[in-house]
Amino acid sequence: MAEWTPKPPRPAPASSVGLGAWARRNLFATPGDVALTVLGSIFIIWLGNMLLDWALINASFSGDDRTACLKPEQGACWPFIDAKLGQFIYGRYPEAEIWRVNLVFLFGFAGLVPMLVPSAPLKSFNIAFLLGLYPVFTFIMLTGGLFGLPRVETTDWGGLLVTLVVAVTGIAASLPLGIVLALGRRSRLPVIRYLCIGFIEVFRGVPLITVLFMASVMLPLFLPDGVNFDKLMRCLIGVALFSSAYMAEVVRGGLQAIPKGQYEAAAALGLGYWKTTRLIVLPQALKLVIPGIVNTFIGLFKDTTLVLIVGLFDLLGIVQFHFTDASWATPETHITGYVFAGVVFWSFCFAMSRYSIFMENRLSTGR
Amino acid sequence: MSERSIIARWRARVGLHDVLAQILVALVLLMAVYWLVGNVISNLERQNIASGFGFFNERAGFGINQTLIDYDEDNNYGRVLAVGLLNTLLVSVLGIAAASFLGFFIGIGRLSQNWLISKMAMVYIEIFRNVPLLLQIMFWYFGVLRNLPVPRQSLSLGEFIFFNNRGFMLPAIHAGEGALWYLLAVIVSLGAFFWLKRRARQMLMATGNIATVWRPTGTLFLLALLTAYLIAGVPFQFDIPVLRGFNFRGGISIIPEFVALLLALSLYTASFIAEIVRAGIESVDRGQREAAAAIGLTGPQALNLVIVPQALRVIIPPLTSQYLNLTKNSSLAVAIAYPDIVSVFAGTTLTQVGQAVEIILVTMLIYLSLSLVTSLVMNWYNARIALVGGTHG
Repeated sequence: MAEWTPKPPRPAPASSVGLGAWARRNLFATPGDVALTVLGSIFIIWLGNMLLDWALINASFSGDDRTACLKPEQGACWPFIDAKLGQFIYGRYPEAEIWRVNLVFLFGFAGLVPMLVPSAPLKSFNIAFLLGLYPVFTFIMLTGGLFGLPRVETTDWGGLLVTLVVAVTGIAASLPLGIVLALGRRSRLPVIRYLCIGFIEVFRGVPLITVLFMASVMLPLFLPDGVNFDKLMRCLIGVALFSSAYMAEVVRGGLQAIPKGQYEAAAALGLGYWKTTRLIVLPQALKLVIPGIVNTFIGLFKDTTLVLIVGLFDLLGIVQFHFTDASWATPETHITGYVFAGVVFWSFCFAMSRYSIFMENRLSTGR
Repeated sequence: MSERSIIARWRARVGLHDVLAQILVALVLLMAVYWLVGNVISNLERQNIASGFGFFNERAGFGINQTLIDYDEDNNYGRVLAVGLLNTLLVSVLGIAAASFLGFFIGIGRLSQNWLISKMAMVYIEIFRNVPLLLQIMFWYFGVLRNLPVPRQSLSLGEFIFFNNRGFMLPAIHAGEGALWYLLAVIVSLGAFFWLKRRARQMLMATGNIATVWRPTGTLFLLALLTAYLIAGVPFQFDIPVLRGFNFRGGISIIPEFVALLLALSLYTASFIAEIVRAGIESVDRGQREAAAAIGLTGPQALNLVIVPQALRVIIPPLTSQYLNLTKNSSLAVAIAYPDIVSVFAGTTLTQVGQAVEIILVTMLIYLSLSLVTSLVMNWYNARIALVGGTHG
């Protein structure tokens, strides 16, 4: 007697697999869907066509001045970017000294990348480098005046260099300041508590531009006669104070999410306020609010553009400044410049937001 | 024991050295303030800068290209402040309305079953929220609107609306005396709408029947308009802009600075609002949707009666902070010289008067009050839509 063998399962019906079925499910499910898909496709084709025409087909790619970008139906004027790229990255930093900036960029990159990869080794060594050695190195390299390096005034800094200096300093200063403010806001000492609340609410209630105005026109009045410091430095202080107030609120969210049992357990172990905070509360609270912290960083990075209003030349500021160059004045120069700056800013911000999502998924353990 | 009571116990244990620490902090702060104020006073004396708010009554002597109230060069700085504040409010209120509208649709689109629509919404959000707002404002202003043709070669829409590098020219409507009847018609219809809506809600709660509000209101509105027409005829005159010489006369002209700022603020903030709306709708449990389907609600009914009211509770607090952000971000107007408060008061007035301390402080105080008022209004709305009866919410 032949042994019973099951028939092989039949393949799924042709109507539920493959590209056609996917499209039926996701694009053409209902008549309304069909209409939306058709309209959407028309819009995308129209927009894509326009962008392609502008960025590639009608664009100029080589030339030495505005005459390269004056044909009828002119698209993007890429030679403008090509000619000014050095300015856009380094500003008026002396050409002979640009290697110093490059070295700073290189070391920053080399220090940051292994920091961001969770599996990379030697984390504590890396942190010590980034927080201890690197800032000192950067300061000496960029300003000079020591070890035979010629001095470069900050008024000559510009472009991406200034954007990154403002953003990185702001990020590095706002996180610790924000943590202190958040702890202060939950302090049991009323004087400290109200001071922190006042600071946070004032800085969150006003626009950054008024803070920068304050730093650039009001701060000199607050200092004794003859004492004055660098405009870049003043803006750095303004940006750092401003974003620390936002950081404080993000950190406070994390602090409030720590269950009371954690405090009780710490108290039961005999830990005091500082040890409880440092060993029990902060590590958990900060981990909870990493997305919020990165969002604040992204906001800060975008906000660095505001320094152009008080007369510093960050990336956007220097692009804007070079529009005044008569040898490149064409109708398309502005849009080309803005698109270039936009793509640069976008890449940084998008990378940060993706990294935040990656860390969020990685850290979402046990909750 | 709640966390609050732990903190309360901690506070009760404030010891002697805590008191001393606080006194020390307060002392250091007072000394710092004393030192700073001393510096300010001596600096002001040395630079011969007046102090106080007397400058508010001085003649400003500069023109402003968009004023909601009467203003000319002979008005004083106090009037400048009022003009700037109104311009800030105008762009903020319109920006909030536009950004909410756009953000809501994009947020819904992000959740669409349609793959293409959902991806388009995603691309929009990722592009607009990751590019600095200042860059977007400058892009629209210097890149697009200033690049429009000169008035003589204006782009036009049906010979009524014109676009050129001096702004948008729209037809103005001049209302005669009979227009009051039309206003009355609108007010009556609005009143009827809210009254009917209230009644419909009461009926829904009492009997479960859903009454339509739009049909009776619409009929009433048409009837009211007809009555107004029969009484007053057409009391409106259209003032269409016409090209005279090098620029347009007549109509309403909207300055390009305003258009650029409004456009950039709305598009930028809409990308954040879309994400908030998406998160809010996703936060509503799937079971709610299934339950709504099970009791026979149609798609739009389920959205209106079940999903949106619950999603709003999640949406309102972050939405409030976006509104506040938009209001504060309107200060970037200074980069394109839209005459908002920062531009005309903390900018031009500061340059002319030189009293940095007073002017910056007044500007900050105004923004603080604006933030406070917006928060209060939104908190009131939030409390109104919060769970009634406070169950496990």
